[in-house]
Amino acid sequence: MALHFELVTPARLVRSQDVHMVVVPGTEGEFGVLEGHAPFMSTIRDGAVQVYAREGAAPEVIEVRGGFAEVSEAGLTILAEHVEG
Amino acid sequence: MPSLKELKGRINSVKSTQKITKAKQMVSAAKLRRAQAAAEAARPYAARLTAVMASLAAKVAGDSAPRLLAGTGADQRHLLVVVNTDKGLCGGLNSNLVKAAKAKAQELQAAGKQVTFFLVGKKGRAPLSREFPGLITGGFDTSTVKTPGFAEAEAIANELIGLFEAGRFDVAHLIFPVFKSALAQEPTVTQLIPVPAPAEAGKGDAVVEYEPGEEEILAELLPRYVRTRLFGALLEREASEQGASMTAMDNATRNAGELINKLTIQYNRSRQAAITTELIEIIAGAEAL
Repeated sequence: MALHFELVTPARLVRSQDVHMVVVPGTEGEFGVLEGHAPFMSTIRDGAVQVYAREGAAPEVIEVRGGFAEVSEAGLTILAEHVEG
Repeated sequence: MPSLKELKGRINSVKSTQKITKAKQMVSAAKLRRAQAAAEAARPYAARLTAVMASLAAKVAGDSAPRLLAGTGADQRHLLVVVNTDKGLCGGLNSNLVKAAKAKAQELQAAGKQVTFFLVGKKGRAPLSREFPGLITGGFDTSTVKTPGFAEAEAIANELIGLFEAGRFDVAHLIFPVFKSALAQEPTVTQLIPVPAPAEAGKGDAVVEYEPGEEEILAELLPRYVRTRLFGALLEREASEQGASMTAMDNATRNAGELINKLTIQYNRSRQAAITTELIEIIAGAEAL
């Protein structure tokens, strides 16, 4: 029950870890990604990515600006141009 | 034959030059490590973006492709984006870049194309404007910030894309140094706009859903891709500059050392000669009495 989550900016690899769920602010609405999600690609709007490390745990919030998210068998990859904090 | 005092002055001046080159060498060595780490850290993003581009571009080929991918349809006006350094003291790096730019420009001109330049960094400006007066249409000054980052790459890319949308050129080439090692930096010419179609075709394994749509994503992706390419070029330039500078300053320090040795020998010989002459004079004087 783990989703491999990677958050990458042009300057560095911000996150690469196994998490329970990630909620991504897509251009056409937020979507949550769990393990085993169908292959999917979406642009994202400026907003907060919520990372749930475990089921029921309080989410960790990462502000991102500009980019897109890709879900494949390998997990979720978010390519963002800017990451706050 | 220079006098003793002159020799001493020269030795001192070479010594202080050596101190400067040695300091610059050590600074470059420290900065090189950082620049290399930055270039390393930027690789995952570029690799992922290229992979996504490749799978998308294969799907959205044809008439519906955005202009940044398909081009204007013409191949007449070429823009050369030359990435030079802002500071000197880095050996032949900048003159090699200028040489590569010149060769590309002459090749294009011989084929009957129009060539204009867009210069990033200070150092290429003088030689290129001497060679191709009036052809430099724009430039971007990176000397105002300490280490050019993504913000600068973004600004350059936006300006270039703006020029492209305004129909000022058909094809843009990027000329920048690729860092091989501290000894070798290779000037490289690649096509920047229209974005060259990635060689590897989409994997085409699973059916991927796109939101909003493939074309919209691609349209958003292309400027990002151009930005990333420019960012990569800036990072390579940074590493190349420090590497070239380190090598050049190492050579300069060694040459200064050799020169100091040579001058010291010359100084000691003339001193010895002066003493001998004085002694002979004294002895001759005593014998005459």
